[in-house]
Amino acid sequence: MKLNIILKNVFLVVLACFVLSACATKKVTTGQMQGDVYTGTDTVEYLASGVPDRVFFATNESVLTTASRETLRKQAAWLRKNSDVTIVLEGHADERGTREYNLALGERRANAAKDYLMTYGISSDRISVLSYGKERPVDSGSNPLAWSKNRRSVTVKAN
Amino acid sequence: MKRIKFFFISYFIIILFPIKSYGLIEVDITRGNLNPLPLAVSPLSIDEKSKKSFEKILNKQNIGDEISLIVENNLRTSGLFNPLNKDAFLQAPDIANLKPRFEDWNLIKAQALITGKVNFIDEKLRVEFRLWDVLAGKEMMALAFTTVPNNWRRVGHIISDKVYERLTGEKGYFDTRIIYVSEEGPKTKRIKKLAIMDQDGANNKFLTLGNELVLTPRFNPTSQMVTYLSYFRNLPRVYLLDIETGMQEVVGDFPGMTFAPRFSPDGKKIIMSFAKDGNSEIYTMDLENRIVEKITNHPSIDTSPSYSPDGKYISFNSDRSGYQQIYVMNSDGSNVKRISFGSGIYGTPVWSPRGDLIAFTKLHKGKFYIGVMRTDGKGERLLTENFYQEAPSWSPNGRVLIFYRETKTDAAGKGFSAKLWSIDLTGYNERMVRTPTDGSDPSWSSLLSN
Repeated sequence: MKLNIILKNVFLVVLACFVLSACATKKVTTGQMQGDVYTGTDTVEYLASGVPDRVFFATNESVLTTASRETLRKQAAWLRKNSDVTIVLEGHADERGTREYNLALGERRANAAKDYLMTYGISSDRISVLSYGKERPVDSGSNPLAWSKNRRSVTVKAN
Repeated sequence: MKRIKFFFISYFIIILFPIKSYGLIEVDITRGNLNPLPLAVSPLSIDEKSKKSFEKILNKQNIGDEISLIVENNLRTSGLFNPLNKDAFLQAPDIANLKPRFEDWNLIKAQALITGKVNFIDEKLRVEFRLWDVLAGKEMMALAFTTVPNNWRRVGHIISDKVYERLTGEKGYFDTRIIYVSEEGPKTKRIKKLAIMDQDGANNKFLTLGNELVLTPRFNPTSQMVTYLSYFRNLPRVYLLDIETGMQEVVGDFPGMTFAPRFSPDGKKIIMSFAKDGNSEIYTMDLENRIVEKITNHPSIDTSPSYSPDGKYISFNSDRSGYQQIYVMNSDGSNVKRISFGSGIYGTPVWSPRGDLIAFTKLHKGKFYIGVMRTDGKGERLLTENFYQEAPSWSPNGRVLIFYRETKTDAAGKGFSAKLWSIDLTGYNERMVRTPTDGSDPSWSSLLSN
């Protein structure tokens, strides 16, 4: 009986360790969506401190959200400060569309970002555009959250 | 780039009895065939000397058996025929080829019988075969082929085509190849290569090394050239590849992305999309004089163009209505008409080789469908529903569609795969087409022996 209780306690401790370590290693999902636009920071990288590298889109859309415009203004400010930097805008789509249409959609999204950067004084000479369509998802999931992370335009330093 | 040779098969008719239509067997392929025609494919007979010669050259124990297996497999895969188990055959192959005992074949319920003979003559492979109507007790067809031994698989495919044509009244599609994109690696970093194989999955070859992303290969009408999209040097452009010589060149070298290429039915032009400043338009390029023509002019996305077989019309998809829909226009870009009006979004229209139907991909309520509609958009028929599938390509006789399907990943993002599938125009006979790696973007060649 006593042994049984000890075993039970050991089991609980082991279980607790397991749960804790799982929590410690598994990144807690900060991802969230507004409508179906991703607003989290899970996949976001930074061009410089406080300058996120990507903006997200609604399904089938290439319209910039308020948050996207704020991100792009930060990128524009950073690009003005670093005038020797050239960039590639990589446009992407989620997996829920036909391949060829998605190539066009990725191009349209990257150009939406390009146009906005240009209105904030970044010369088009410094910007090239590359669409990957649905060929390079960042999240391999088949669910609305994963898709929202994949509908994006990423600003990548080209030099 | 590996050099691939096309071997042309010389074949001639040795005996051809006048074909009279008194109650001979016929297979109706216009409806879903739930009762495939039972038929017997007797192994092709072969003499010992020929057998030894082929064993040495081809490393196959009995080439007669191997060829008949190809025929059997093709006919079974078509869904129209039910090749019977060889264990039940009562008559030896050599005797059956001379004069079948129709009672014996009738006994095992075979309605048609294929017999034949293989010989090694002057370093060549000679194959003759006969098709018999068991119930009527008549020979329906007899043909002989002579070719280089390495062509033995193609002989099997040509026999299959002849049998299919004789029994259905329509051309077959077995002596054909599929070009597709081979896929490997995790979903976020897929490695893609151009690959080509026989229609039955044999003779798979990779045409690119996987160093750059490649997409959407399509054959020209003679199936010797391929146009596709390559991200060589990170510049997505339309390329042209000569399968025979391995020569490739960029054809869509515009100041922006060119994509979604296809040949015109005469093979002289490539039609494609060109994306610039957020707008995709459809262009053609004449391959001889390199003259470029702009076909569409609209601020929306216009892509996935496909010519009608007579070259007079072009179907494409556009989101000018707000969502992706299918349109048809004259080949000069005039008279644009939307034809898809069902619920959902529509893409990847492909005109059938017969000209009467357009195959498409449809997305509706989170499901993807492969379907067909008439060229005026009427008579929509959905053939198959799945989590994700797209990009239908027609068999040269317009009876079968090949497309690709992707699986839904699990909660951890695992379990992704992409496979080629085929389905009959009837909506029956859905099959996975086996490929050594994952595969997508299939394009079906024309009949190689015609």
